[in-house]
Amino acid sequence: MKLKLHIWRQKGPKAQGKMVTYEVPDASEHMSFLEMLDVLNERLIEKGEDPVAFDHDCREGICGMCGFVINGLPHGPKQATTTCQLHMRSFKDGDEITLEPWRAGSFPIVKDLAVDRGAFDRVIAAGGFVSVNTGAAQDGNAIPISKTIADLAMDAAACIGCGACVAACPNAAAMLFVAAKVSHLNLLPQGKPEKYARARNMVAQMDKEGFGNCTNARECEAACPKTIGVEFIARMNRDFLTGSLFDRPEGTGGGGA
Amino acid sequence: MGCSTGCWVWSLLNSSIGKKTVMAITGLALFGFVVAHLVGNLQVFIPDDGKSINAYGHLLKSKPALIWTARLTLLALLFAHVITAIRLSLENNAARPVGYQVKNWREASYASRTMMISGPLIFLYVVYHLLHFTVGVVHPKFDHEDVYRNVILGFQSTPAALVYIAAMLMLATHLRHGLWSLCQTLGINHPKYTPALKAGSTVVAAAIAVGYISIPVSVMIGILK
Repeated sequence: MKLKLHIWRQKGPKAQGKMVTYEVPDASEHMSFLEMLDVLNERLIEKGEDPVAFDHDCREGICGMCGFVINGLPHGPKQATTTCQLHMRSFKDGDEITLEPWRAGSFPIVKDLAVDRGAFDRVIAAGGFVSVNTGAAQDGNAIPISKTIADLAMDAAACIGCGACVAACPNAAAMLFVAAKVSHLNLLPQGKPEKYARARNMVAQMDKEGFGNCTNARECEAACPKTIGVEFIARMNRDFLTGSLFDRPEGTGGGGA
Repeated sequence: MGCSTGCWVWSLLNSSIGKKTVMAITGLALFGFVVAHLVGNLQVFIPDDGKSINAYGHLLKSKPALIWTARLTLLALLFAHVITAIRLSLENNAARPVGYQVKNWREASYASRTMMISGPLIFLYVVYHLLHFTVGVVHPKFDHEDVYRNVILGFQSTPAALVYIAAMLMLATHLRHGLWSLCQTLGINHPKYTPALKAGSTVVAAAIAVGYISIPVSVMIGILK
């Protein structure tokens, strides 16, 4: 199949970027989207031109490394699919395809389609962990967890941190990512002791990173390759508000004499 | 966190979710007014040549302390709603300094994407509406004592009636997203009742619009005269 690609080219974080058009005359429908770009890049290298930079790693849809906006949709037209798992059979011969990086001030462009998602790492560092004592591992089933809660926590934990939610959001908000990370720990007994501090600290870091504010447009859940829903955002809002209003600061004892 | 009382309230109100909560609570309160105002207005349909709605108007005006408390409360709510909306929007614009050349929407409704258009337009309409039916300076023949006559004469002007109808459709659009959205912001989302909340927001928004619009339409087609 013959394709015309309009790709955002930007030499570095501070450089001025622009759309550049490339032709791929012989893409196969069996190629993955990234393989099609690999072919384009090999030809660019042969011609002595700079290849198109894009992030990728596992190429099996589980690592969260890949992703750019394809024709205005993060990860492209197929739902519940990362860019690496998108295949050229989802396109037609003669298609024009526009490729742009995730657009958010909090995700500065490294080069071309690759963005720096360090902001997500800093949100995780603010509370996306469970404090445990080291020592012998606890007996596997010592803490009972209901199937419903275990499943719900697993649904949230499916987040691979790709950033498609931010890219899709009309406001470049990171609520779905943060909600998934807050919820998967807050739902489980191991995460409960730090539940409110976690919600507050991760939201505070999210705000500090300069992500936008959620307007409940639900574009994030439609773009999420792991189909994580906005119900987790409501859950995080509950934890954040309850924590802000009722969590006891340290040093305020339980009353009595 | 070594945070005094004032400090935690301040950080809550300045957090993204805190500001959204202000939008949700003030929005809900203003919606309460929209419903109460509609119930009051629908008294024009009581067939007693306007006696009921005029009596209602006099009742409100005879309790200045009460009506001014209500007016100032509404003004404060509106102020908080508008200021917070402006703050949130400025931050949202700053969060994406470079936009997309191609952007497609999958789930975001028209209503959700136009809240910052429907909102300001409703605000402008409210200003006009107050000058029309409360102060009376843009009304052709305003009579402070005769609410019923003011409504009939006001809506016999087709442009005024059409502006009113357009504003109520705008309000319905705003409420359609706003009602569901405020529940979500306050953390009310659960498979048990979310489908009902979403459908309910659309039904309630449509009912509000139909209720309000029934008044100018009835005047225009001569049911009310």
